[in-house]
Amino acid sequence: MLKIILKKVAEVTVVMLLISIFSFAIIELAPGDISSMYISADMSPEEQEMVMEKLGLNKSGTERYIEWLKEAVKGNWGYSISYKLPVADMLVKRLPSTLLLMGTSLIVSLAMSIPLGLIAGYKKNTWVDNAISGFAYFGMSIPSFYFGMLMIILFTAILHWLPSSGMHSFGVNTPWDTAKHMIMPVMTMALSSMASKVRYVRANTIGQLSEEYVLAAKAKGTSGMTILFRHVLKNTLLPIITIVGMNMASMVTGSFIIESLFGWPGIGSFAMEAIGKQDYPIIMAYIMMSGFILVMGNFIADILYSFADPRIKRGVDAANGK
Amino acid sequence: MENKYVFNESSFQRMEKKQKDLGAVYRRSLWKDIKKEIRANKLAMFAVIYLVIIITACLLAPLSPYDPNGLSRADKFAPASLQHPFGCDEFGRDYFTRALYGGRISLLVGFSAMFVTVCIGTTIGIFSGYIGGKFDMLLMRFTDIFLALPSMLLMIVLNSFLKPSIPTLIAVLSLFSWASVARITRAETMSLKERDYVVASKNLGAGNIQIAVKHILPNILGPVMVAASLGVASAILSESSLSFLGLGISIPHASWGSMLQGAQAFILDRPILAVYPGVLILLTVLSFNILGDVLRSALEPKIVK
Repeated sequence: MLKIILKKVAEVTVVMLLISIFSFAIIELAPGDISSMYISADMSPEEQEMVMEKLGLNKSGTERYIEWLKEAVKGNWGYSISYKLPVADMLVKRLPSTLLLMGTSLIVSLAMSIPLGLIAGYKKNTWVDNAISGFAYFGMSIPSFYFGMLMIILFTAILHWLPSSGMHSFGVNTPWDTAKHMIMPVMTMALSSMASKVRYVRANTIGQLSEEYVLAAKAKGTSGMTILFRHVLKNTLLPIITIVGMNMASMVTGSFIIESLFGWPGIGSFAMEAIGKQDYPIIMAYIMMSGFILVMGNFIADILYSFADPRIKRGVDAANGK
Repeated sequence: MENKYVFNESSFQRMEKKQKDLGAVYRRSLWKDIKKEIRANKLAMFAVIYLVIIITACLLAPLSPYDPNGLSRADKFAPASLQHPFGCDEFGRDYFTRALYGGRISLLVGFSAMFVTVCIGTTIGIFSGYIGGKFDMLLMRFTDIFLALPSMLLMIVLNSFLKPSIPTLIAVLSLFSWASVARITRAETMSLKERDYVVASKNLGAGNIQIAVKHILPNILGPVMVAASLGVASAILSESSLSFLGLGISIPHASWGSMLQGAQAFILDRPILAVYPGVLILLTVLSFNILGDVLRSALEPKIVK
């Protein structure tokens, strides 16, 4: 068990290092000279020299990368070019609203996709299954931003039920108001991650229903729904842990697009704005932060999975040559 | 003891190959399997018919009497009519023509990205699986890292610095999607290279490259085709997201994604402008996804229907 965790930790470290190299490389690749953003024409050559030194531009790329990484690990992500404020503070201030959005949509998508997948698998090849599978196909194939736009058209432009952007109405700060603002972004985000989960649970349910313990329960006289929700559910839930981990990727990038679309004041829309302004320190910090959320999501899912599934603990993986 | 027998031409007797009656012969090629599966499935028929129509329509886009980028004040926001089946946009450009030209770009990007992805992925997968050992382990760790990267995020950031153009878009899209194809083809190669016919052809003196190209490649075509179909779908989706964020295809050219970006500004007064390109993306991606699933069930008969 410890060996598995250590191996995963090593993998996570490598991936994070790669992400950091990538995000550092962005400054190197970026068009234009970075110093030109700090140096103005009325500075004396000595002052310009000082700025260059302060930015570390007289050192080699590798040296600067190591220095930057040291600071980044300590939590110092530099100053924003456009706001002149510490990047870490600005991102941390916006993180809760992003986590709120991601967390809620994760819960919504799980709460909806598990029962739907179970029922679709149970009623395989009937109209119920066709409707649910069709819905999953739809969710898989629609661009999330487009689904969001359609929601805005329907609920804001036509029905005038829900506000189209932001987190609060002007001057109002009640949970109910925030909840109303959250409905559309949460649904949009949940839909795209639901599709894969529904399909997965369905396939799993079909597999589980042909197992012998189901037959035994049936012979005992257990009703279909009890078998489904008491016995099959537990066995299909296991792989869901991995799926949730994998979904972190779509959640992180989904929050980027969906926050921009709905004007949600989280780190995603903040980073989008920073890309527009070419504010590199913010972009770098954002890549590191969301990369971290993503990698940690996968890491936790892997660990949880090996706790939940005793086969992994016993090293079935090793036997399969993994 | 000295061997007195020396083989010469007359030691051998020429034999004619006898035609044997094998009874019932099932000739079921890959294509026949696929065709049968598509015919049997109404949804798949719909997907194929839709794709044929949309690809033909996009290819024939230059036949349209309108210039996709031609401005016309008088036709600003013209409603749908016989002359303009989808109406006109904020610059009076014929929306139907623009949608067709946008489809050309979206499909071009989708297919090219898929092609590059499949080429890179298959090559790496076959090499890794065929050679095996340390080389395979290293290459697969590298692949795993690419699978773990937050691809969409990096695509967005990368595209914001690169000069937006179709080739860079294709390169960026394939850079982040070859890894899963490599994983699939590697696994298939691993199992294929142990098969008797590969061993036999190795013993007959076939080189490694010959075996890889002649014996392994044709046999992994099935899973590769499935990956390709799903790959087009995801490439079109990613392209539309990037273009929607303004990081893909740029003005005056349009893809379906960038048309949606344009329509977003008028979403509250002219929602219809957002409907057409979105529905086109939805149906196209849906069709490729369905096609991928149908291919999978045609090629992997063990899946219980």
